[in-house]
Amino acid sequence: MEIGGLLAYLVSFAIMAGIYAVFTLGLNIQWGYTGLFNIGIAGFFCIGAYTSALITSPKPTGLYAEYVQQILALGLPFPFGLIGAAMASGFIAFLIGIPTLKLSEDYLAIATIGIAESIRLIFNNEQWLANGPQGLAGLPQPLSGLVDPRYYNYIYLLIVIITLVIIYYLIEKAIRSPWGRVLRAIREDEVSAAMSGKNIIKFKMQAFVFGAMVMGIGGALYAHYTKAISPDVFTPLYGTFIIWVMIMAGGSGNNKGAILGAFVVWAIWIGTKFMTSFLPYTFKSRAPYIRFLLIGILLEIILIMRPQGMLGEEKKVSRMA
Amino acid sequence: MAELFVYGIVLGSIISLGAIGLSLVYGILRFANFSHGDLMTLGAYVALFFVTGPLAWLGISDKQLLPFSFSLRIIIAFPLSMAVVALVSIIIDRLIYKKLRDKNSSLVIMAMSALGVSFIVRMAVLIIWGADFRFYRPGVLRPALMLPLGVKMRPDQILILGIVGCLVFILHVFLKKTKMGIAMRATSDNMNLAQITGINIERVIAWTWGIGGALAAAAGILYGIDVQLHPGMGWNFLLPLFAATILGSIGNVYGALLGGLIIGVAQQMSTAFLLPTYKPAVAFLIMIILLLVRPQGIFGGKAKTWK
Amino acid sequence: MANTDNSILTVESVTVGYGEADILFGVSMKVEKGQIVSIIGPNGAGKSTLLKTIFGCLRPKSGRIFLKNEDITGLKPDEIVRKGISYVPQVENIFPTLTVIENLEMGAFIRNDDYQPRIEEILELFPVLRKKKNQKAGLLSGGERQMVAMGRALMLDPQIILLDEPSAGLAPKFVSMIFEKIREINSTGVAVILVEQNAKEALQMADHGYVLANGQNVLDDRADKLLANEKVRELYLGG
Repeated sequence: MEIGGLLAYLVSFAIMAGIYAVFTLGLNIQWGYTGLFNIGIAGFFCIGAYTSALITSPKPTGLYAEYVQQILALGLPFPFGLIGAAMASGFIAFLIGIPTLKLSEDYLAIATIGIAESIRLIFNNEQWLANGPQGLAGLPQPLSGLVDPRYYNYIYLLIVIITLVIIYYLIEKAIRSPWGRVLRAIREDEVSAAMSGKNIIKFKMQAFVFGAMVMGIGGALYAHYTKAISPDVFTPLYGTFIIWVMIMAGGSGNNKGAILGAFVVWAIWIGTKFMTSFLPYTFKSRAPYIRFLLIGILLEIILIMRPQGMLGEEKKVSRMA
Repeated sequence: MAELFVYGIVLGSIISLGAIGLSLVYGILRFANFSHGDLMTLGAYVALFFVTGPLAWLGISDKQLLPFSFSLRIIIAFPLSMAVVALVSIIIDRLIYKKLRDKNSSLVIMAMSALGVSFIVRMAVLIIWGADFRFYRPGVLRPALMLPLGVKMRPDQILILGIVGCLVFILHVFLKKTKMGIAMRATSDNMNLAQITGINIERVIAWTWGIGGALAAAAGILYGIDVQLHPGMGWNFLLPLFAATILGSIGNVYGALLGGLIIGVAQQMSTAFLLPTYKPAVAFLIMIILLLVRPQGIFGGKAKTWK
Repeated sequence: MANTDNSILTVESVTVGYGEADILFGVSMKVEKGQIVSIIGPNGAGKSTLLKTIFGCLRPKSGRIFLKNEDITGLKPDEIVRKGISYVPQVENIFPTLTVIENLEMGAFIRNDDYQPRIEEILELFPVLRKKKNQKAGLLSGGERQMVAMGRALMLDPQIILLDEPSAGLAPKFVSMIFEKIREINSTGVAVILVEQNAKEALQMADHGYVLANGQNVLDDRADKLLANEKVRELYLGG
């Protein structure tokens, strides 16, 4: 592969890894710092992506309008899409949080699975919402007029990196604040934290919503990179599980770990693509399953051998990750 | 409407089998076994393997046994698959969950590893059999519907009810009359005391996985007979399974049975005004309401939480 | 130094704790065959911890425990129970959804022989349970549950039975009944180590007594001497 091609490949790699890093940061707020076992990331991923799509896509005209149904098409610029994605995700998280955050960890986990599945079912079946199973395509890309389409990805990578850095900075600030300390106290020992008079539910809700907003932004970034989304993108596998593998690999309760985990696991994921490209033809169609099998086994190995991930937890808060 | 109810019972009985196994595991091992649905998938496909593989090579007849939709092969494959999945469940425990138990891993880690196992199992099924729908006996038109009492049911479905009934009865006898069965109930009550009493906890755990896996396999096969096989079938059952287990109070086998029936009926009745694909969402909604209003389920007992 | 005269259990200078915090500091005690030994002392003295350590639920950081001549330090509960020591915890000491009979059967889990005669003996000892033998243990009254708990522990014909505050939370009429039963159990030759808040009763039925405070031995003597002891009366027996 000549240098231009290699570079382009690395850029796409970095964009996807960066987008997933946004997700792991969001999950880290919920799980790493507050101990909320959210297995419904795909739900927020989905909401963020679709909201941004609906806000930014132009109204379908002409022949296209015959085939596409969607509830919104505001044609607004990209930043509105991002903000809208964050708001929508956060709002849905708030609604979900009201009944579920008082549940114990395992029930919360099951509830989040249910919510993500329900969200996906709704987007898949309610044609009027966002075109059902066909999804939305032709999503606009920010600043796309600026350069030759061949080099557009460099711009997008920049956008992703800037977003990632801003989010990282915001989270770090929040975590080191008194608010963040309460979160950590809740994760360590909820009973004592409650007894010290803090309104636990309120803090959990704030962390949950904050994390969801970040995930929503991740969804928006994804949508505008791939330019087309449909419900089958936001499956438990691609939309939730792989992010958990990333955060466990990198280290929960550690923002640097979260980002590192995203890049490393995405690299492994791409690596498996290389591995399976050597498979004989008959197995080619099974390649994605083999790759995911390996990711699943990777998670088990991490949980058994190094559950604290590569970087471990940030401070001496050494409760089991 | 009545027909929806009846089919709800059939579906519910399949959910019950899975929920009973899940309830046992949840009650004794105290973590949410997210892989339970995919154990159902595994059971269904292992049976498919036997039906299309060894049993075919052995020349076992594939003649349809009217009035049912299946042949002798499924009858033989059924217990074989249950045994295989029971064994696989125990092996998975030894390989993965036991290691985490011995390290005193948190129950969140254990649930996460179960989630990982569910994906591993599903991927394995996808690798071996691909993503298409399968049937145990392809090309068979579901035989004529019977009309007892004005309600239509397929003979298959009546048999499903019968099989579930039998399995539950056998389990009941096992739990009531055998030493290991009583030990399992004791461990579910109070694992600490069970240890103090000298009960071999690891053996109890192995039996729990064996029974849970076997019942899940049975549920999967029955679903495969009634509807079809597809790799996501177990995952779609996960929410109904958990809803049924929680409804029936965790650790309570008879509760899980009742819970499964209730969830099955509720899901089926919902298709009167919702698309069938929303069925898992219906189970989920029931579960959320339950967790808010009465998390300890119908039969109470400690609301088993992780804390 | 481990085994002298008639002692069947010797605890030598054990230090035990949870993580960094130690609860017991070099505690020693001795039980002779067929004795009732009572351990008394204020709350938080470490009395329950001592029982748990003997039974192997906790591992001593230092010190040894001997059963006759055998070093049983650090053995796990399921090994200890096979050596002939049974333990009745203070709380959650029965299987609530199991019937009385099933609770007893579980007590006999590691026995390979016919334990029906033993069940008979236990029901003889606790006639109240005979009427309720097929009831779920969790539905019984406090005193009856305590009997089930003790019966369960006796199924293995132990040499020593460890009782952690058996009268705790019981109505007064049950308290004296329980103590009566403990005497009866002891009369069949089973040694009893009794941890009790009710110090007076505990010493009245005991042969020997140990006073524990702040995780350390304070005093030990023949039970009747302790009862007569001024200091003991003042501090622990309510004057």
